[in-house]
Amino acid sequence: MHFALISKILGLLLVVFSFTMMPPVAVSYWYQEGSEGPFLVSFVITLLLGLALWLPFFKHKEELQTRDGFLVVTLFWSVLGVIGALPLYISNDVPVGFTDAVFESVSGLTTTGATILSGIDFLPKSILFYRQQLQWLGGMGVVVLAVAILPMLGVGGMQLYKAEIPGPMKDAKLTPRIAETAKALWLLYLFITVACAVLYWAAGMTIFDAICHSFSTVATGGFSTHDASMAYWDNPWIDWTATLFILIGGLNFALHFAVWRGRSLIAYVRDPEFRFFMTLFLLYTALITVGLLAFEVDVTADDALRHSAFQVASFSTGTGLTSTNAAAWPGFIPYLLIFTSFIGGCAGSTGGGMKAVRAALVFHHSIRELRRLIYPNGMFALRFGRHSVPDRVLQAVWGFVGVYITLSVIFTLLFTLTGMDLTTAVSAVAASLNNLGVGIGQVGGGFANITDSAKWMMTVLMVAGRLEVFTLLVLFTPMFWRQ
Amino acid sequence: MKIIILGAGQVGGTLAENLANERNDITVIDTDAERLRELGDRLDIGTVHGMGCYPAVLKDAGAEDADMLIAVTNSDEVNMIACQVAYSLFRTPSKIARIRTAHYTSRADKLFNENALPIDVIISPEQVVTDYIKRLIEHPGALQVVNFAGGRVQLVAVRAYYGGPLVGNELRELRKHMPNVDTRVAAIFRRGRPIIPEGNTVIEADDEVFFIAAKNDIRAVMSELRRLEHNYKRVLIAGGGNIGYRLAKSIQHRYNVKVLERSPGRAEWLGEKLHQTVVLQGLATDRDELLKANIENTDVFCALTNDDEANIMASLLAKRLGARKVMTLISNPAYVDLVQGHDIDIAISPQQSTIGSLLSHVRRGDVVNVYSLRRGAAEAIEAIAHGDSKSSKVVGRAIEDIDLPEGTTIGAIVRGEKVLIAHDDVVIEPDDHVILFLIDKRRTRDVEKLFQVGFTFF
Repeated sequence: MHFALISKILGLLLVVFSFTMMPPVAVSYWYQEGSEGPFLVSFVITLLLGLALWLPFFKHKEELQTRDGFLVVTLFWSVLGVIGALPLYISNDVPVGFTDAVFESVSGLTTTGATILSGIDFLPKSILFYRQQLQWLGGMGVVVLAVAILPMLGVGGMQLYKAEIPGPMKDAKLTPRIAETAKALWLLYLFITVACAVLYWAAGMTIFDAICHSFSTVATGGFSTHDASMAYWDNPWIDWTATLFILIGGLNFALHFAVWRGRSLIAYVRDPEFRFFMTLFLLYTALITVGLLAFEVDVTADDALRHSAFQVASFSTGTGLTSTNAAAWPGFIPYLLIFTSFIGGCAGSTGGGMKAVRAALVFHHSIRELRRLIYPNGMFALRFGRHSVPDRVLQAVWGFVGVYITLSVIFTLLFTLTGMDLTTAVSAVAASLNNLGVGIGQVGGGFANITDSAKWMMTVLMVAGRLEVFTLLVLFTPMFWRQ
Repeated sequence: MKIIILGAGQVGGTLAENLANERNDITVIDTDAERLRELGDRLDIGTVHGMGCYPAVLKDAGAEDADMLIAVTNSDEVNMIACQVAYSLFRTPSKIARIRTAHYTSRADKLFNENALPIDVIISPEQVVTDYIKRLIEHPGALQVVNFAGGRVQLVAVRAYYGGPLVGNELRELRKHMPNVDTRVAAIFRRGRPIIPEGNTVIEADDEVFFIAAKNDIRAVMSELRRLEHNYKRVLIAGGGNIGYRLAKSIQHRYNVKVLERSPGRAEWLGEKLHQTVVLQGLATDRDELLKANIENTDVFCALTNDDEANIMASLLAKRLGARKVMTLISNPAYVDLVQGHDIDIAISPQQSTIGSLLSHVRRGDVVNVYSLRRGAAEAIEAIAHGDSKSSKVVGRAIEDIDLPEGTTIGAIVRGEKVLIAHDDVVIEPDDHVILFLIDKRRTRDVEKLFQVGFTFF
């Protein structure tokens, strides 16, 4: 473990991150709210903390190893979660304690979108903007952003990138140099966000709301500037725009990059993960639309389709924006929606969950096992798209899925200990581990009323979910710390 | 610059490492996925798994907008076809290929041009390494000898010893000792740390001194730094592979050469080809075989098999048995530091000697020669100054007025046939070949900028 180097990089990242306190200050000035104080204080604290970690090791030169990458990324996310809570904690406009502030901040950064706040409509705009901005930064990944703008991270950048980017095949770079890859991802992300904001604005949002919601939509986050979330507008144009951009955010950005560079949509059609993800989306949407039409009395076909498409997109990518009160939908629909979040978005997307590619591989593998029962000596290659999948990848996928499910079960049980019923506990796990952010049962209206211990457990699960469990879990193995 | 490298072997890997550190976009193609993964983990490069001459694989590697293709796989044929594919399908501007066998290279003029096989530069690592060893044999006592301007100027690395007249004296004494010989000390490495030499720098014993001089003056300068060694006479080469054979063939008429080759078939073949050489069949790591080859009277023992461990063991044994100098071919860079300077006099790294010939084509500005020194840490560059005093940062200026990057010295200037050793008042003219020494190769980019003609800066 190279602690000097880790401290140096961590400090550097904090210095960079401290400047993200500035846009809310600008918002505060623009709307003349006088609420910039907490942000300036947080800026100074973050900057000083960063410098204190960075400067002592300013001249330290070493290469970052894979191991250090895990530690840097996990530490950075944890520290950022706490630091990000500062403005909320300090501000007098938001009546929250330390636990709630950290919960809210981590929920923002990890693009979960679970909130303990109510009466959001009446908060200062700077605070609202800050929450949305946290989501946007966390969406493509703060570490990836740092790799893009800090050339001095060099080769070590790859180790950091690998520890943060989601999906089973982490070695795939878009360009030969990691800094260029990170830059391409962020530019694409920025471009998509701008497009989303413009369409929201055209559909009828104010400029402030359009920008804020574009942040949480493309990041598949789920924070809103209104208590009612997207239902505030109840506007088909806004809902369909949101559905489209949630799906875009939930797709692999490497795929977007290929389409952008190749100037042809064919890359989407060829990608097996895209096909799997979209098939599921269409299937769920059809099922729920039919369910709504059959069991709900006063609903038009248009609305049924619009709301089911929106909710399926929102739940299955772990976004958590709502266009209507889906928790009150009939039959098993609310449970189905919660379970779609376990599969989640695509690898390399901003979405949460186990990722579509893993689910697809597990599915194909199960089919292969069935075939093997019929032909015990048969050789069945596991094909995904045009390539067969190496056993190494398959083992990693199964290991991941196993750990993910075990973790879900353990935390479901732990949540019941804090006084939740089983439905609530399962939905709390989905809300945090899958970065979904909305719950049903006792937490249908927000997470303000759960116990502090439950809040801390959810906070840990949110970070675990965002870093795909292993990056966090590896720190708890004794082998990691042995020299 | 976007560069595609075919082959992740020793040459390809070292090349990727060198170029990636210079902020180029490197993509390496190989058929060995394991090797690629290992390389990709260590370096900031892209990797593509597949056969390097297939169009789809090249396309995957970004051939459509690549600036250069360097084909250094083991197979001459794959290298040639890859260049053809890159030229015909992707219009890649520069194509460099490694061609080993003389069957192709002997007809190079007809084979390798735009109408036949479009390869811009042919490199042959074996030939480069052979030439390198040959120069070391021709300059007894030198650690490294590299050529500039077609061999008119040489840069020599030598270890200073007690007994050399200059050792313990200031550098400016050099002129008093030898008024007729002009030379310039480019750098001194003392216990591995670089020193920029000034007139009052004192040379200590055990310093590694890099100096530049005209070819004929090299011996005289060396005599200042150490007691001059007698010319070598008897050379024993262990390993009659490509390099061993080429070396024997090129020096057999001037030296008394023996080759020790393990395989009977190869030994027989060598015997037929090498008329003035004694070819012995046997193991170089076998004590009796070495004694039979008269090792105790051998001036130079060269271990040139393709097995690092065998080379090192044979060299240690030869030294113990009385060989005066041992030179050892070592591919694994980790071994070089272990053995050089103790029992093994000179460790030759085939990658480092080859890399220079490739680097000269990658550099911006008109760079003729690049040599990688001190295992890649330092670099010697021969660049041509173009333009006039307005468009160039070097032409029309005296050397003392040139804004050289830190740790860089100008060693010499070659103007037509004339060799001018660099002194502060020498003014650089257009088309001069300027020979520079860089202590830290990270300054390479600054040096390139220096020699780029002005209009690229608008």
